[in-house]
Amino acid sequence: MIKAKGLKKTFNKGTIDEKVAIDGIDLHVSKGNFVTVIGSNGAGKTTLLNLISGTVEPDAGEIFLDGSRVTHLPEHKRAKYLGRIFQNPLTGTAASMTIEENLAMADLRGQPRGLRWGVTKARRDFYREKLKMLELGLEDRLKESVSMLSGGQRQSLTLLMATLSLPKLLLLDEHTAALDPKTAQRVMDLTDKIVRENNLTTIMVTHNMHQAIRYGNSMIMLHEGRIIFDSEGDSKRALTVEEVVRRFGADLKDETLLS
Amino acid sequence: MLFYGFWRTIPISLEQGLAYALVALGIVISFRILAFPDLTVDGSFALGGAVVSRLIMEGVPPIYGILMAIICGFIAGCCTGLLNTRLKINSLLAGILMMTILYSVNLRIMGRSNIQLLTVNTLLTPLENLDVNRFIPIIAFFFVLTFIVKFLTDMFFQTQIGFAMRATGDNEQMIRTLGVNTDNMTVLGLGMSNAFVAFSGALVAQDQGFSDIGMGIGMIVAGLAAIIIGETLIGKTTVSRMTLAAIVGSIIYKFIIAIGLRLGLAPTDLKMATGGMVILALGFPALKKGKEAKLHLRGV
Repeated sequence: MIKAKGLKKTFNKGTIDEKVAIDGIDLHVSKGNFVTVIGSNGAGKTTLLNLISGTVEPDAGEIFLDGSRVTHLPEHKRAKYLGRIFQNPLTGTAASMTIEENLAMADLRGQPRGLRWGVTKARRDFYREKLKMLELGLEDRLKESVSMLSGGQRQSLTLLMATLSLPKLLLLDEHTAALDPKTAQRVMDLTDKIVRENNLTTIMVTHNMHQAIRYGNSMIMLHEGRIIFDSEGDSKRALTVEEVVRRFGADLKDETLLS
Repeated sequence: MLFYGFWRTIPISLEQGLAYALVALGIVISFRILAFPDLTVDGSFALGGAVVSRLIMEGVPPIYGILMAIICGFIAGCCTGLLNTRLKINSLLAGILMMTILYSVNLRIMGRSNIQLLTVNTLLTPLENLDVNRFIPIIAFFFVLTFIVKFLTDMFFQTQIGFAMRATGDNEQMIRTLGVNTDNMTVLGLGMSNAFVAFSGALVAQDQGFSDIGMGIGMIVAGLAAIIIGETLIGKTTVSRMTLAAIVGSIIYKFIIAIGLRLGLAPTDLKMATGGMVILALGFPALKKGKEAKLHLRGV
């Protein structure tokens, strides 16, 4: 589904602030796989997602999505392949617009937009059905502005929007990190449910070792822009936090990883 | 006596408020919906007046003159959008550049600094020749026209493209990840905004019977004042409220100005008074700690 070869990215090249974010990464995620990406601050997790989504361009290397080369394709042209959720719940929705308007925009991911009505009656019923799944009562608040929702509600709505048109690849960028523990767990369970039900190919960046080990069917660990460990299938299932700490303790200076 | 004077200002405030309402409506699209501080307005308002006056003087039917003014305004707005999105020029500077360029363009179009329209037939001439008080048909005409434009605008912002444009101003990153080219939305939106402004310029020129190179000066500030007044009364929770607020605000703004003039405000101090009004409205929340400024804008 997604293939990356020899990806490299350095920020502020040639200046005193030069920072090698990605230092030669090869990645292959096949269809229906759920990969978790773990690493401490500055390991290059978010940059990796930015390269895949086209927010930043790589200095070297190639990216293929679903067989086609997208290395230098602008962000908005990759949209039809990708659904992405960010850490900040405010980034995934348009606050001044209503719940149904937000869903309608997500419904048209990557498609040309015209002068037809943004929300149609048939689609409204469809949105209502989908919102019921969130169990937040949002199905009765279709015409309410998103600015009225809590962070957890907004992130749940974002999750629904990102998966509504079944993207070929779902990118989750620490999407539960800004939520309180209880809400984070709810959103994570919901994510897992949606990913499983739709067999979505997913890459989830996380700061939380437990989360990285518990979810998904493979895991990679980034350190200073390189993949230093990967595990999949049975070995991933058998992985424990203790084992990872024993092997990589020296690289895991970041306390928050284990929290 | 004073009371009698207030009533006298109502028809003229209605007439002018409605004629200028499309400026406020245009500014709603740029400042409010796109969150783009577009200063092209001062130039594109005069552009509308210049185009329609020149074409009427050339013997073109006024209706075609107005259409041409709208098209020219659209192009001017698109240019500002292109300066900002393609050449990455700061949004404020892009608007100022176009406004300055339009000054020369408008002089070229008119061939001199003003054109009198009192002796020629304009779109409003048939209405003025009716056997009733001049205000009635003119106000009715402006009223119908303004509300047609308002409803079409409201409808547009309920379409797929309209959603994408609103989201561009609200959360650019989000709508881009959904596959919308936000640069194109900015260019299109600024085009529409300035088309409305030029439309208003074309109407005002015919209403007042002349167009002048300086007729657009201060238009952006006056338009903002109108929007702020309207939003205070009507709110801005939905697009249709914002567009209604622009129209109502425009009328009330003209009413306030008319009263000010009656109470002895010198016409030369008008722009200063309007500027002060906007500063008060925008700055007041900042004086109270913890409150955000009233205007959320991109690219500044």
